[in-house]
Amino acid sequence: MASASSSAMQDTAVSTGRVTRTFVYLVLALFALFYLLPLYVMGVNSVKPLVEITSGNMMALPQVWTMAPWHSAWSTAQIGVEPTGLKPYFLNSILMVVPAVAISTIVGALNGYILTKWRFRGDTWVFGLMLFSCFIPFQIVLIPMAMVLGQLGLAGSVPGLVLVHVVYGIGFTTLYFRNYYAAFPTELVRAAQIDGAGFFRIFWRILLPVSGPIAVVSVIWQFTNIWNDFLFGASFGGTSQPMTVALNNLVQSSTGVKEYNVHFAGAILAALPTLFVYVVAGRYFVRGLMAGSVKG
Amino acid sequence: MSFLDIRRATKSYGTVEVLHSVDISVEEGEFLVLVGPSGCGKSTLLNMIAGLESITGGEIAIKGRTVNGVHPSKRNIAMVFQSYALYPNMTVAQNMTFGLEMHGVPKAERDHALADVAKLLQIDHLLDRKPGQLSGGQRQRVAMGRALVRKPDVFLFDEPLSNLDAKLRVDMRTEIKKLHQKLGTTIVYVTHDQIEAMTLSTRIAVMNKGHVQQLGTPREIYDRPANVFVATFMGSPAMNIIPASVVVKDGCPNARVADADGVERLLPFSQPNLAGREGREILLGIRPEAITDPEGADRKSSNIVAMSNRVGVAEPAGSDTFVTMTLSGRDVIGRIRADANVTSGEPFSFAINMEKAVAFDPKTEERIVH
Ligand SMILES: Nc1ncnc2c1ncn2[C@@H]1O[C@H](COP(=O)(O)OP(=O)(O)O)[C@@H](O)[C@H]1O
Ligand SMILES: [Mg+2]
Repeated sequence: MASASSSAMQDTAVSTGRVTRTFVYLVLALFALFYLLPLYVMGVNSVKPLVEITSGNMMALPQVWTMAPWHSAWSTAQIGVEPTGLKPYFLNSILMVVPAVAISTIVGALNGYILTKWRFRGDTWVFGLMLFSCFIPFQIVLIPMAMVLGQLGLAGSVPGLVLVHVVYGIGFTTLYFRNYYAAFPTELVRAAQIDGAGFFRIFWRILLPVSGPIAVVSVIWQFTNIWNDFLFGASFGGTSQPMTVALNNLVQSSTGVKEYNVHFAGAILAALPTLFVYVVAGRYFVRGLMAGSVKG
Repeated sequence: MSFLDIRRATKSYGTVEVLHSVDISVEEGEFLVLVGPSGCGKSTLLNMIAGLESITGGEIAIKGRTVNGVHPSKRNIAMVFQSYALYPNMTVAQNMTFGLEMHGVPKAERDHALADVAKLLQIDHLLDRKPGQLSGGQRQRVAMGRALVRKPDVFLFDEPLSNLDAKLRVDMRTEIKKLHQKLGTTIVYVTHDQIEAMTLSTRIAVMNKGHVQQLGTPREIYDRPANVFVATFMGSPAMNIIPASVVVKDGCPNARVADADGVERLLPFSQPNLAGREGREILLGIRPEAITDPEGADRKSSNIVAMSNRVGVAEPAGSDTFVTMTLSGRDVIGRIRADANVTSGEPFSFAINMEKAVAFDPKTEERIVH
């Protein structure tokens, strides 16, 4: 099957000449460079003394290499009024993002399992409403959310932020898992029922082991969204603000000179975890997105 | 009380009743086949026995115990699904022993049962593979193995062979039959393939539109179909159904039909009771193999009627030739020996075995018994 289709592809593929091919690669390389340019600028300027930046050339390689801006951004820079660096906020973000991603993914998987394999009266409505929640803009829920957090006594805390992100993320994770499990044969669930497995056992032993691709999609999606979120963090973070809010405070601080090299280092620090997740799991991401639509 | 009792079982989805008061009882060791066209409710009935679908009305009992509302895993049944439903993440061995594991059977006992069944089905060498690495036929065996390991009271099969190619299907059919003869298990088997039904079963329930049309041995179903539906559904090519009227001559009932040229012909019945229908319309049912060339006629039959008629088309099928002719305006198929000399459009001398003919009431389409 696979060999048949690949040979068919060779037959129909337009044979491109060497010149055309070189040209195509050249253009692609140019685009790649263009997209990498900001990363380059951030990188080189984060390892320069400030004078080299203010004296003019942002594009040049450093004359004096220094890790001082990184050190400053991480542990000593002024964030708001405290000279703590980004370190404590980075920790806040980790403490927020790990449980929020884990909980929303697990709940999404359970929802998808129930909505496809344990269907009940009105289940399509429930799913429709969850889908609808994906389209609600952040700003609309700010005030009601603040009230709920206040009543729960979670305002301004990391658990409060976890709750907010879990609630907001469940719509997306449910959508992913529901569509993935919809393609999963219901006969398998029936066979497992006859074999004597119960609700959780079927989920754990039959469905979860084949949920890898969609779990990766859910984790990447949730991780990048929650890590990069600014609005909820700024609104509900209180004393437990996440990295994004701290970065903003670092860059916006009005006292003293603007330390661009420290800002660049801080920005890279803020982007590293998402970059890491993409590099590690990125290729599964596309595979997972395709898995629901194309049966292989 | 039988081994498996289905009493006045009905099934409704919302307001739509898809099974209407089904009564079937199965004795221990029987091979019951539920056969009928797609959508007639076979799978629904099987799933009700399995406990995967609830029972709307009536009762189902296994070994004298009513199982309405009993969980599928507690009915001591095993099921083989059309798609095999093998767990993709588990090896063949894990697939086959999962049910035992869930029922708390100790590891040593599980391994023992697995080894026995694997040997029986000749799949010992596949035990460490995943389902994705198996061919269709191998998956089929594993699915049966998973059912066998449990030593259930009743085996349920839902169209287990329909995903196999034609050759493999015939082989597996024979194997299932052998397995049944060897193990003497009670089986309820769903198929839409009437040949599978005839070859495998000890009894057949022919279903249509949620009704059991007839329940009987393959011979009964084939030779004495309860109605036109059963007559035409079972057998390939289908039984010929010919409009006719009853004429009594010398005290014997005859079916009056018209040949290809519109000339009236009399075909004497073997059943004297049809004389009571003198002058009435009937539907005459004759199977293709009862319409032959004179040399191919059944020598044991006491009622072979010779009749010449113009041949429509002749279709050689290797072992036999299928020949059509017109009777009472209908295309009628006969089955003659391959070396009989037959030409399309020419008259041919047919031999009709009227001993095997049946008559149906044209209104109710039920077979006329009295
Ligand atoms: N979940 C369901 N909801 C509504 N109707 C159903 C459902 N399942 C089956 N049916 C209907 O019940 C009838 C019998 O179906 P089924 O038992 O699957 O037929 P078969 O197996 O004989 O092909 C069909 O008309 C089908 O449309
Ligand atoms: Mg079916």
